[in-house]
Amino acid sequence: MKLPQDLRYTASHEWARRESDGTLAVGITDHAQEQLGDIVFVEAPQAGRKVAAGEAVGVVESVKAASDIYAPVAGEVVATNAELGSAPEKVNEDAFAAWMYRIRPSDPAAWEKLLDAAAYEKAAADSQEH
Amino acid sequence: MLARTPLNETHRAAGARMVDFGGWDMPVHYGSQIEEHHAVRREAGLFDVSHMRVVDIEGEGAREFLRRAVANDVAKLKAPGRALYSCMLNEEGGVIDDLLVYYFRDYHYRVVVNAGTAAKDIAWMGILRNRLAAPVHITPREDLSIIAIQGPRAREMFATVYPARKAAMEQLAPFNAVLDGDWMVARTGYTGEDGLELVVPAKEAPFVWKALTIAGARPCGLGARDTLRLEAGMNLYGQDMDESVSPLDAGLAWTVDLSADRDFIGRAALAQRPRRAEFLGLVLEEPGGVLRAHQKVQAPLGEGETTSGTFSPTLGKSIALARLPLGTLPGDSVKVLVRDKPLAARVVKPPFVRHGKVL
Repeated sequence: MKLPQDLRYTASHEWARRESDGTLAVGITDHAQEQLGDIVFVEAPQAGRKVAAGEAVGVVESVKAASDIYAPVAGEVVATNAELGSAPEKVNEDAFAAWMYRIRPSDPAAWEKLLDAAAYEKAAADSQEH
Repeated sequence: MLARTPLNETHRAAGARMVDFGGWDMPVHYGSQIEEHHAVRREAGLFDVSHMRVVDIEGEGAREFLRRAVANDVAKLKAPGRALYSCMLNEEGGVIDDLLVYYFRDYHYRVVVNAGTAAKDIAWMGILRNRLAAPVHITPREDLSIIAIQGPRAREMFATVYPARKAAMEQLAPFNAVLDGDWMVARTGYTGEDGLELVVPAKEAPFVWKALTIAGARPCGLGARDTLRLEAGMNLYGQDMDESVSPLDAGLAWTVDLSADRDFIGRAALAQRPRRAEFLGLVLEEPGGVLRAHQKVQAPLGEGETTSGTFSPTLGKSIALARLPLGTLPGDSVKVLVRDKPLAARVVKPPFVRHGKVL
């Protein structure tokens, strides 16, 4: 499983990268894109939206299915990656480069509490058995 | 425990993503469903459809039996090898299954039925045979596999691999088949492209598959098969119609032959149950999601529902098949509720794509 060590993860298959300005870039994991297959539509939350941790904030649709994307932490959305609107296949090409939105966490320490790569790998393996 | 076709190991070795499809362990794609789709439109793709069931109908009563069992009239099949698409209906006029009937000679017909419905179909045919006291033998051919090679270069690739079968294949007009030794070579398919369906002894299937891939045909999963058939405006059993749906409401009136005085099963019910819906295509006209089955459609004359939907790789847009209020016409503007958002779509007459061209 391809999993950058410097990212944090959620059990719902998002990754979060802490940027130098304290915001978090959020996308879906390589495992998630592989499960979904060819992605043809990404709808990320708009800047200014206040979100709760675990809230469904957008959707990713592949040829075969639609899947919600969740906010890893509480906070305010500050940017959306518009490129994915016209080129959703970038998520398949490099899931960890294809950030979907950036969020300013209300608790600056929230990122630390997300899953690390090893914990996510275990969670993903467990969920696949079901 | 899922059923496996003779090509199961071949798919796994090629890195296919396998899924449960109607109780069968089948490849959904080998990496990219969209690239497989394009390969069929542009070159040629290969499909394992061995989960579908070949059933031979033989004996002196074969023709009359099928004229009772099937909504289209197999008496139209006069030239050996000719194929006919139709439905088997229940007494209420609902669709038990859709199928292809091939005529080889008097006393020998062959039908090919869907995987998920095969057991039910065969049981029903047995009941019907007993009820009619029809002198026929109904033989499910579990010893046969089906490999489809589809696309503009499919026949050419086949000919390079099987030069000895080339002459017989080249004589085949569309929707015709030939028995060639223990093979059946049919110029039929489920993609909207030219191509062949090869019915071969199960033990030969892995060799046939390998040879055709070496000739350049790209292995394709059931994912691409679904987007290809949807673009071609072809129905999928269990989604676009089932036992609760009349063929008249599923765009299948052309497969029901009411012309002859022929008492086929379901005919009386169809006479009592006029068409209730238009079965048409939709093209999504604004971004916001993907059309899927069971989405509500707000049409000028009332409400309808999508029965199949997907993202069309050839159009680069989302498309669907839908049951819409009577009187709905191609060109009408409708709204489809995609995850509770009403998105604009245009009504079209399927197919969306044929022979590689957007229609």
